[in-house]
Amino acid sequence: MANHLHHHLKQPDWQISIIDERKEHYYQPGYLFLPFDIYAPEDIIKTVEEFIPKEVKLIKQKINRILPSANKIQLDGGEELSYDILIIATGAKIAPEEIEGMKGAEWQKSVFDFYTFEGALALRNKLREWEGGKLVVHITEMPIKCPVAPLEFTFLADSFFKHKHMRDKVDITYVTPLSGAFTKPKANEALDHLLEEKNINVESDFAIEHVDNEKKAIVDYGGKRIPFDLLVTVPTNKGDDLIERSGMGDELNYVPANKATLQSKEYENIFVIGDASNIPASKAGSVAHFEAEILTDNILLYIKGQPLKEEFDGHANCFIETGNGKALLIDFNYTHEPVEGSFPFPGIGPLRLLKESRMNHMGKLAFRWIYWNVLLKGTHIPFVSATMSESGKHYDKVESVAN
Amino acid sequence: MLINLFKSSLKKQNMERTINGKSITVNEEGYLKDFSQWDDKVGEALAAESGIALTPRHWEVLKYLQNEQKNQVALSIRRVGKSGVVDIKEFYQLFPIAPLKTATKIAGIPKPASCI
Repeated sequence: MANHLHHHLKQPDWQISIIDERKEHYYQPGYLFLPFDIYAPEDIIKTVEEFIPKEVKLIKQKINRILPSANKIQLDGGEELSYDILIIATGAKIAPEEIEGMKGAEWQKSVFDFYTFEGALALRNKLREWEGGKLVVHITEMPIKCPVAPLEFTFLADSFFKHKHMRDKVDITYVTPLSGAFTKPKANEALDHLLEEKNINVESDFAIEHVDNEKKAIVDYGGKRIPFDLLVTVPTNKGDDLIERSGMGDELNYVPANKATLQSKEYENIFVIGDASNIPASKAGSVAHFEAEILTDNILLYIKGQPLKEEFDGHANCFIETGNGKALLIDFNYTHEPVEGSFPFPGIGPLRLLKESRMNHMGKLAFRWIYWNVLLKGTHIPFVSATMSESGKHYDKVESVAN
Repeated sequence: MLINLFKSSLKKQNMERTINGKSITVNEEGYLKDFSQWDDKVGEALAAESGIALTPRHWEVLKYLQNEQKNQVALSIRRVGKSGVVDIKEFYQLFPIAPLKTATKIAGIPKPASCI
């Protein structure tokens, strides 16, 4: 956002500041590849400064509280900064402590997450020496960041163990609180065969109650037990504690915002981008990118006192790794589920939607370069629009779906 | 080829149903397509199909779920458990098999879903 806005909001009238307590910026999609030694730590970490325009002030401090009624930010040391406009981009993070026993005696011994850098690295070390057994890949509850990541992890694990010539020693089970690995009819029809081909068991409608560290099993509220030798779980995702400290969030610390304008529902000079908000869009990085384009326009309109554009349509665009050097691509929004077709050029592609291909896999790997060199610098990706295009896609008819 | 053609003609996305003389449209999994077609009688009939006789406690939970859907809140079992309306243990007692999937169907709202 700073890279977008600094072209429009110039000194001395405007000063843009970023407050970030971290020294480094992590390429979070890389966490998926780290456990399998596909990416190394240095591929996914860069210093924050590299991406900040000269005119923008970077304040590397922790925030104690946002004081939205006073238009102020209180830093950890007690110092207060005032603002005219605030953009909240504090994201979502895992909260394993929400489930009894998850962060217990087996945490990072046989129970791992891969949604943090530390978790993904610890899992890499475990996978390097693991000799096989029951691998359980598990989602605690929705919503989560990048909802397809656990499925991708499962596909990559199948591929990883095949390459290590030990697939026959590993039993893979995918456990979800939802009705299945695929919950949308089109995706289910097009992709269900992948699970069978890869010999992946699916346990659906599993609402975890606790992790039994002693007997190494996850147990659901209905009493069902699933034993594991290695559990890779996606814990409950929540907004940042800062949002709770500031009294600005819902039960999961997400900030209520208008889903079409991204303006806070409570404070008109606060806008929310990415996973920090409660809007019913997917918590995917591409969503934040598309939001940024519309949010830039809306902040400029807000400054001029003009009505905001109600344009954000929940557009998301994700590559999904399916293992063995192949990937899928999906494109969807608030009202349209992912379907087959071509992208970004209707009828031409070169990328195919909802179909496995090597080209899609190359796209996913190339995306890391695009992220560091194009997206963070606020440059628009050619031919990919912030709102979704319907051409070149195989819709039966337009129908409304929830969430 | 012929078999495929036959299969695709069988593959119905939506289905018209009649409950107590009222016509409703459901998707391939039996979930209502349009909440405006829902009423208490439809709820009772859908519950009976899942082997559940609705009590006042069931209704409180169903109304809560409908309200959450109206506010576009993503539903999860743990969120229901934190709602103060019902705890997870009772939720399982009320709707014993896959409670959220069953309760959303009876409430006439979409089942919780992911992006694919």
